[in-house]
Amino acid sequence: MTALQGCLLISALLFAIGFAGAVTRRHAILVLIGIELMLNAANLNLIAFWRFGPHPEALTGFIFVLFSMALAGAEAAVGLALVIAIYRHRKTSNLDEVKELQG
Amino acid sequence: MTPFFVITGIVTLLGAAFAMSLRNLVHCALAMAVAFSGIAALYLQLDAQFVGFAEILVYVGAIAILIVFAILLTRSGEAPEKSVLTSGWMAGIAVSAMVFTILGWAVLNTSAIPKEVPPAPLATVKHVGDALMTKFVLPLEIIGLVLTAAMIGAVIIALKEESKNGNSGRKS
Repeated sequence: MTALQGCLLISALLFAIGFAGAVTRRHAILVLIGIELMLNAANLNLIAFWRFGPHPEALTGFIFVLFSMALAGAEAAVGLALVIAIYRHRKTSNLDEVKELQG
Repeated sequence: MTPFFVITGIVTLLGAAFAMSLRNLVHCALAMAVAFSGIAALYLQLDAQFVGFAEILVYVGAIAILIVFAILLTRSGEAPEKSVLTSGWMAGIAVSAMVFTILGWAVLNTSAIPKEVPPAPLATVKHVGDALMTKFVLPLEIIGLVLTAAMIGAVIIALKEESKNGNSGRKS
């Protein structure tokens, strides 16, 4: 197994853990943590392909990860603001109790 | 694949697994910080020093603190008495196991992986700054705009809204 395959396996497992958490936990903040873990798995993939790919001196994967981290920061801020707003209106952050839009 | 790399990966994955499975939310946030630190160490070993330190600054520094504040503000610090899992949790676990099986099979059986490892690329802060200010200056500006808009939006969403008849907000 090469180093690139090791990185890809770690990031696949990280993605699976984050996905399982985001889908199975009831608390809204834990769902956000799961999404952050999935984003980090994708970033790890980008860095691994940048490092072991054919043209690392172009810095494309590297810059992509920087931008994706900025977007992850924006996403976390908006997501946590939504959690706090829902808590203020409903006095709950349990996702099973917030289901008015469910068909 | 040095042993140190494997150990860092195992620590990262354990942190992620604990972050997703513990009952107490504060413990989950701490385990998440461990997972992010492990990812930063992986970046450092992949010769991406700048991204590694940015990961520590952004995730371990800012996002973990933000999540702890959200736990505090929603008063969910103590472990709940009821089940912490949704009703359809078995399907979720099955789907994620399937995702990992398919991804792992694809990674282990591909022929597109280059065999020889290229020499460590030069990605010092000077190179990154040069690239950001010349080739990637438009995406940089757009990211700045997106971040500003997201921050204003987050503040407006989380603001205490005024009630219709002029009283200053609800008592809470």
